[in-house]
Amino acid sequence: MSRNSTLTFKKGVSDGIPIALGYLSVSFAFGVTATSKLIHPLVSLLISMSNLTSAGQLAGVEVIATATVGTFLSALFQIVLTQLVINARYFLMSLTLSQKLETKFTIADRLLCAFGITDEIFGVAVSKTEPICKKYMLGLILLPFLGWSTGTISGALLGGILPSFISDALSIALYAMFIAIVIPAGIRDKKIIPVVLIAIALSCAFFFVPFLSVIPVGITYIICALFASLIGAIFFPIPDDKEEENNG
Amino acid sequence: MDKNLIAIILALVMAVVTYLIRMIPFVFFRKKIKSKFIKSLLYYIPYAVLSAMTFPAIFYSTGSIVTASVGTAVALIASITKRSLVVVAVLAIGAVLGTYGITLLF
Repeated sequence: MSRNSTLTFKKGVSDGIPIALGYLSVSFAFGVTATSKLIHPLVSLLISMSNLTSAGQLAGVEVIATATVGTFLSALFQIVLTQLVINARYFLMSLTLSQKLETKFTIADRLLCAFGITDEIFGVAVSKTEPICKKYMLGLILLPFLGWSTGTISGALLGGILPSFISDALSIALYAMFIAIVIPAGIRDKKIIPVVLIAIALSCAFFFVPFLSVIPVGITYIICALFASLIGAIFFPIPDDKEEENNG
Repeated sequence: MDKNLIAIILALVMAVVTYLIRMIPFVFFRKKIKSKFIKSLLYYIPYAVLSAMTFPAIFYSTGSIVTASVGTAVALIASITKRSLVVVAVLAIGAVLGTYGITLLF
C-alpha cells in the first residue's frame, strides 16, 4: 500500500460532492445569463467544459456576446487579456499546489490535473496534510466538472423557456457568489477592503462617466483590477506566509 | 464568419489561455515565488476582479434596479454572516423574486 492510502479516488469523489452541488446551481445561472446574451446553448456548454471557471467565463461571454466579424481582433485581444488578469489567481494556486504533489505525480498527470484547478478544488486539495496523488486529484475534479457542465446546459436550454422574471432573478446568482467570496476575505484580512473599494470606485467610474463608458467592459476589468491590486501590493504588501490563503 | 463560429473560436482561445495559466506553474515551476510584490499583487487580484465585475453590474443584472438592490443587500448581509457561496446565491435570488412579487402588488 502506498503511504497515501487515505487519499483515494473514492475520497476525492466524495470531497468533490459539495463543490459539485455548488457548481450545479452557479453554472445554471451562467447558462441562463449566456442564453440571455444570445449565445447558443451548445457554445455555452463548450465554454463551461473547456474553461471550468466562473468569473472568467462571465467576463468572456460579455465579450463574445458583442463580438462581430468587424470587431473580431479586438474581441480576441480582450478575451486573452481578460482571462490573463481574471485567472491570474490560478497561477498562484497551481504553483502552491504543485509543491504538495507526491513524487510519483508525472508530467502527464500534471498536464491532465492542471485543467481542474479552480478556487474550490484548490481550496480542498491544499488543505490536505498528505501529499496529493493523481487518483485523489482526478476524483476531486470529476463531479465538479460534471456539475459545472450539466448545470450550464440546463440553464442555457431552460433559460429561453423560463419566464423572464425567473431568468432575471437567476442572473444575480453569480454576482451574489462573488460577494460571498470577497466579503469573508475582507473580514478575515482587512487589507483587502481598501483594494476592493478602489476597484469598485474605478469600475463605477468606467460605467457612469460618459467618455469612459465607451471602453469595452473586458478592458475596464483589467484596468480596475490591476490598478487596485497595484495599490494594494505597494501600500499593503502581504506578510510572507500569506500566499496559501489566496483561496477565493 | 457566422456568429456561432466567432463565439466558438473565442471560447477555445479563452480555454487555451485559462489552461496555460493553470498548467505552466503546475508543470514547470517547482520553486516558490520570492518577490513579495508579485505575491501581494497575485493575492489581491482575485478580490479586485470580482469586485469590479460585481459593482455596479449587479444593480443592472435583474432588469430592475429595485429588485437588484434588495438582492444585493441580502447577498451582502448573508455574506457578512458567513453563509456559504450557494446559500448566498440562493438567498439573493429569493430576495429578487420576493421583491418582484411585492412590486406586482402596487
